[in-house]
Amino acid sequence: MSGVTSEPHPMSDLTLNGIRVIDTFAEAFDVAGTAIVVTNDTPKWAMIAATTMTGFATSVIGCGAEAGIDAILSPDQTPDGRPGVRILLFGFEPNGLKDQLIKRVGQCILTCPGTACYAGVDGPNKIKLGGAIRYFGDGFAIAKRVPDETGKERRYWRIPVMDGEFLCEDSVRAVEGAVGGGNLLFLGRTHAETLKVAEFAVEAASSIPGAILPFPGGIVRSGSKVGGRTKGMMASTNDAYCPTLKGRAGSALPPECGVVLEIVIDALTSQGVSDSMRAGLHAATEVGERHGLIAVTAGNYGGNLGRHHYHLRDLLAPAAGQEG
Amino acid sequence: MSTLTLREAPPERLDFLSISPLALSGLTQAEAERLEIGTSRRGVKLGDCFAVSLDGSDSLTIEGGHERLDRVGASLSGGTIRVVGDVGQRLGAGMASGTLTVTGHAGPYAGSGATGGTITIEGDAGDYAGGAVYAAKAGLDGATLIVRGRAGAHCGDRMRRGLILVGQAGAHAGARMIAGTIAALEVGDLPGYGMRRGTLVTGKHGTLSPTFVETGSHDLVFLRLLGKHLRAVSEAHAALLDRPLRRYSGDLATLAKGEIWVAG
Repeated sequence: MSGVTSEPHPMSDLTLNGIRVIDTFAEAFDVAGTAIVVTNDTPKWAMIAATTMTGFATSVIGCGAEAGIDAILSPDQTPDGRPGVRILLFGFEPNGLKDQLIKRVGQCILTCPGTACYAGVDGPNKIKLGGAIRYFGDGFAIAKRVPDETGKERRYWRIPVMDGEFLCEDSVRAVEGAVGGGNLLFLGRTHAETLKVAEFAVEAASSIPGAILPFPGGIVRSGSKVGGRTKGMMASTNDAYCPTLKGRAGSALPPECGVVLEIVIDALTSQGVSDSMRAGLHAATEVGERHGLIAVTAGNYGGNLGRHHYHLRDLLAPAAGQEG
Repeated sequence: MSTLTLREAPPERLDFLSISPLALSGLTQAEAERLEIGTSRRGVKLGDCFAVSLDGSDSLTIEGGHERLDRVGASLSGGTIRVVGDVGQRLGAGMASGTLTVTGHAGPYAGSGATGGTITIEGDAGDYAGGAVYAAKAGLDGATLIVRGRAGAHCGDRMRRGLILVGQAGAHAGARMIAGTIAALEVGDLPGYGMRRGTLVTGKHGTLSPTFVETGSHDLVFLRLLGKHLRAVSEAHAALLDRPLRRYSGDLATLAKGEIWVAG
């Protein structure tokens, strides 16, 4: 869900850490979102399960879902006292999210040795997960209710598998208010240097709880615009930001720009997107000067498609508690 | 805290179904004393056997229990009842929530059909603790029943949901279980007889039915969750799960989705 700046950026007076920040906004969308916690006997196998499940989940358009690792959990943060990983999964709408969740847990978590799966967020909408996967147990699966630490009773399915049992929570929750498509574009001079800037931004942006960056390493090089010159294309390359198309009418790039990289952010809350973008923007501009960063901008569709607009102007101030 | 103090041994079995903190909170002392608790034509009233002291709170103490006090805390829907002494049959039967504590012993069918809340018996419980009464579909049905001492035969008979923690249980513990969990330091002969589903964890057992089959030792994630839950209630029972466990699956004469875990 990478966005496109609909028109070349105007000259801007905004600067942050000496780097030009274009006075525009990122346009993002309401999405259906959920979180699960996967655990395993070792951090290594918890991570293997998580990376497998979040593979091929960069864009809802082509992959059906956007997913990523939100946090690595220590044993005292998981329901069963084992190392774990919190995964966020986003879809266009609740039914699509449910479909993707069941497929991905069924193919990537159920199959992974030693893994168990729990709900990772509270929310108003129930998605039957273990209650759907239990049919793999061919009638041998057992449901058990066990209260958690707060006394709230949770229902689990114990599905017999070849290494013992796959334990999966009966249902997980989808949140209301999840947002997908927050983004930042970094205009740089060289590929290697701009990639470093983007990496700093990814590290900072992904540190915000409840936010993920679903593209490879959190970075996307193929920003897109809606539609294309070829009939039937839902999206096509963001030509205004392709450096090889500089100089043409419609290019948004200054002459010195040789590379543009983008980060895309999904979060369980709008505040999460905002916080994550702010963290990414500040991290990128802090290192930008020594890595040849020219400017930071954001992608939007003119403001008519998504109801969430994150103005970079509003993100220039540091996060509360980090002033000066 | 409201208090009922037993004056002398009741002349007949008394039915405490209508005596709860909630029911007493809206009554004057005189009205409370006129509540019928007798089970014969004698028409025994609360004030005939107990000195009544009410303060409108959700906490009730019955000072001086007796084995003739039946259905104490039955259908309790909130608040706390503490009995200093013994109680009769069907303690907390059909209870939905709240806390019920008995410092002495309890008669048969404690916690039968209870769907919520916690029942604690500091002494022993009679037969069918957490079990189903005649013709009932289920025994314990979601509540937590703790018996610190011994429970009689058929503990958890036809229980459907919830947790029973017991020191020692007699024969046929967990018989005909529909589901739920029983943890006992020791059980008698034929545990889980005819169980369909459910989990029984024990440190020692009598004769096991031949319709249970050993499946070996397993380090299952579920046991971690159960251990965490048990630890909050009883360290001794949680410690069972820290030991090497053998698992028996059964009862193969029925649905066979039940399990007995025996700590080594």
